[in-house]
Amino acid sequence: MPNTPHDITRRSLLRAAALVPVAGALAACATPQAQAPASSASPAATSAANPFGVADGKPLEVWIFDGGFGQDYAKNIHQPLFKAKYPKVEIKHNATKEITKVLQPRFAGGNPPEVIDNSGANAMDFGALAQDGQLADLGPLLDAPSWDDPNTKVRDTIDPAVIDLGTYDGTFSVVGYVNYIHGIWYSQKVFKENGWETPKTWDEFLALCETIKKSGKMAAFTYAGKHPQYLYEPLLTMAAKIGGNEVLVNIDNLEDGAWTTEAMKTAATAWAEIGAKYLMEGTAGLDHVQTQTAQNKNKVAMLPCGSWLENEQKTTTPADFEYGMFPIPDFTGSDKLPYGTLHSQPSENFIVPSKSANPQAGMEYLRAMLSKKAAGDFSELVKTVSTVKGAGEGRQLSSGAAAATKALADAGANLVYYRWRSWYLQLDDEVKAATGELMSGRLKPDAYLERIQKKADDIKGDSSIKKYKR
Amino acid sequence: MFNSYRRGLFITAFLAAPVTLYLVYVISPYIQAFYIAMTDWRGVSATPTFVGLDNFVRLFSDRIFWKAVSHNAALLVLLPLTTIVIALFFAFLLNVGSAGRGVGGVAGSKFYRVVFFFPQVLAVAVVAVLFQQVFRPDGSGMLNGPLMALGARPVGFLSDPDIAFWSVLGVMVWQAVGFYVVLFSAGLASIPRDMFEAAQIDGAGRLSLFFRITLPLLWDTVQVAWVYLGILALDVFAIVWVMTDQHGGPDFSTTVMAAEIYRNAFQYFRFGYASALGVVMFFFTIGFAILSLRLSRRERIEY
Repeated sequence: MPNTPHDITRRSLLRAAALVPVAGALAACATPQAQAPASSASPAATSAANPFGVADGKPLEVWIFDGGFGQDYAKNIHQPLFKAKYPKVEIKHNATKEITKVLQPRFAGGNPPEVIDNSGANAMDFGALAQDGQLADLGPLLDAPSWDDPNTKVRDTIDPAVIDLGTYDGTFSVVGYVNYIHGIWYSQKVFKENGWETPKTWDEFLALCETIKKSGKMAAFTYAGKHPQYLYEPLLTMAAKIGGNEVLVNIDNLEDGAWTTEAMKTAATAWAEIGAKYLMEGTAGLDHVQTQTAQNKNKVAMLPCGSWLENEQKTTTPADFEYGMFPIPDFTGSDKLPYGTLHSQPSENFIVPSKSANPQAGMEYLRAMLSKKAAGDFSELVKTVSTVKGAGEGRQLSSGAAAATKALADAGANLVYYRWRSWYLQLDDEVKAATGELMSGRLKPDAYLERIQKKADDIKGDSSIKKYKR
Repeated sequence: MFNSYRRGLFITAFLAAPVTLYLVYVISPYIQAFYIAMTDWRGVSATPTFVGLDNFVRLFSDRIFWKAVSHNAALLVLLPLTTIVIALFFAFLLNVGSAGRGVGGVAGSKFYRVVFFFPQVLAVAVVAVLFQQVFRPDGSGMLNGPLMALGARPVGFLSDPDIAFWSVLGVMVWQAVGFYVVLFSAGLASIPRDMFEAAQIDGAGRLSLFFRITLPLLWDTVQVAWVYLGILALDVFAIVWVMTDQHGGPDFSTTVMAAEIYRNAFQYFRFGYASALGVVMFFFTIGFAILSLRLSRRERIEY
């Protein structure tokens, strides 16, 4: 009885068992698959109120980096604002700490989400995204009327540095939302109690370190030894202050000998001295949280950090700690840039993937974020300074955010920044490694700079690494 | 005839699923990696360009990668050697090391057996985070706390580039020993007791008991352990990535091949180059496996 139902069942079962994994093979491919671009159906009509033509009924997917700022600001501030204007657009909110792991496959598969807060240690490389044309041109966003006032363009409501730093290959494609202001942080209370004055010159700074060290109450200085980028930041800012902004511009542009200039030598030597004499015991093996907590416990007086510090430390900071910050002191009277020069850098970077299904809504979401109300609520909620001009006005700012805001106002136009760190990640790793060696005294300042220069030259000569200019 | 047909069908039916799974999820990704290694794929684009052997040429002058290879090579020698010596010593004491007459372990051997196996039960990431705390360079460190209390300067177990590698090796040995104690204990259990007893009656001390009876009869098991530990040394990743400063630092002093592959793929977004590193690592591992199987061929002792 060859055709009994029993026989058929068993055979077809075996056949099916053999075929199931084969079907899986199609899905298991690691190599990228070129897909037809998502149908970007013609956008709805544009108007002054709806400058990008957001279509009703098409969903908007938002991914937030769930880091120091959490994700509540997006859910409770930005999305309600957007929703109020476009009730028919469904917002799919997501948050992750692992931006790359979650979203890189989406790009490779050709269906990225509309808005990504590409931030944190596991952010995707902007260079790689730009190189592949994955970033939507946000130029129209700059020229669109602002959310608050139809007569002002978005371009005029944000810090110009956002536009400089968000431009890749001449196309503005990344919106930095938070203004990170770097400086040396201390406890105003501790300084008052001990009669210590914030230093204006490097000699005063060294004298202050000596005083603190001699007092025996606490160590003078520390930094996140496990993450030496916390230290190369003040080193580079100091070099820019001594030798002018072009020191950093040349470094960014991978100019020959950019790392070995006199200004860099002076700054490296100065910080190596701090490393040799005034560091808290064990600094080299501690991370940012451990050193910052040591400061909260009054084990160390000063550390270099950015304006996210206060929010990051909110659970361990004593109520009367009163964070304060001061800019890098004058090295000599002949520094090219005046006292108060600050390193400020837009961060918490938002992008709209060009191959997403609904980029118009993504851009509109960013426009809502850049409104004064959204940015102001954000600053207050996460205790930081946003890149939207005047968003902090009339808000209740905490002592650290207030100090950073004041320092920014005092600095005026004397702001410096660098971009090599996000352009050339290999160089970043090398400078981190070398800076750790410099601070522990295993590398002399000259050898330190030569080693970095060599790596910069290697990158310059490597045709597979995309180059940028500023 | 019919029977052999049925038999073949029966075997095919059972093998089809696992073989297909293996082909799809193991072999095919390998082959794809070989292809990706010859492209400039950066992970996000849908259309990588073919660049031939460029990535392999570049790899030869990659100082950090060769540093990683040297660390893997050092681990390849040191990890099996240290682990096997310690595990053999413990297994011997736990099973035939008793001081009195007769064959048995030292006092409390049942308790120790459990304790030695503990590290094996912990996830690697847990071990790595645990040891970050053990190695902390301030007074809260489990090792540096007592040192500093005695007035010594703290040791930068993970922050001194000259020491960090040894810390990594120490942690790997710490975690591996327990398993090999169990493996060797099982090997010892299969050696007939009367051999030990006969040797003892002939007046053999613990030392000659170990070198003349235990070690020769355990040689097969030791070889297996050597191959396992060698592979562990070649593909070590999580301990290094989670525990060390700057993922394989400080100053790349602890980095290994797998860490460099991960760094190039998921931090630098050079998936093509990372695949090339992976292909090289693949050949190192295959080479090691073939070599160790060749070298360890030896007459079995029948008993």
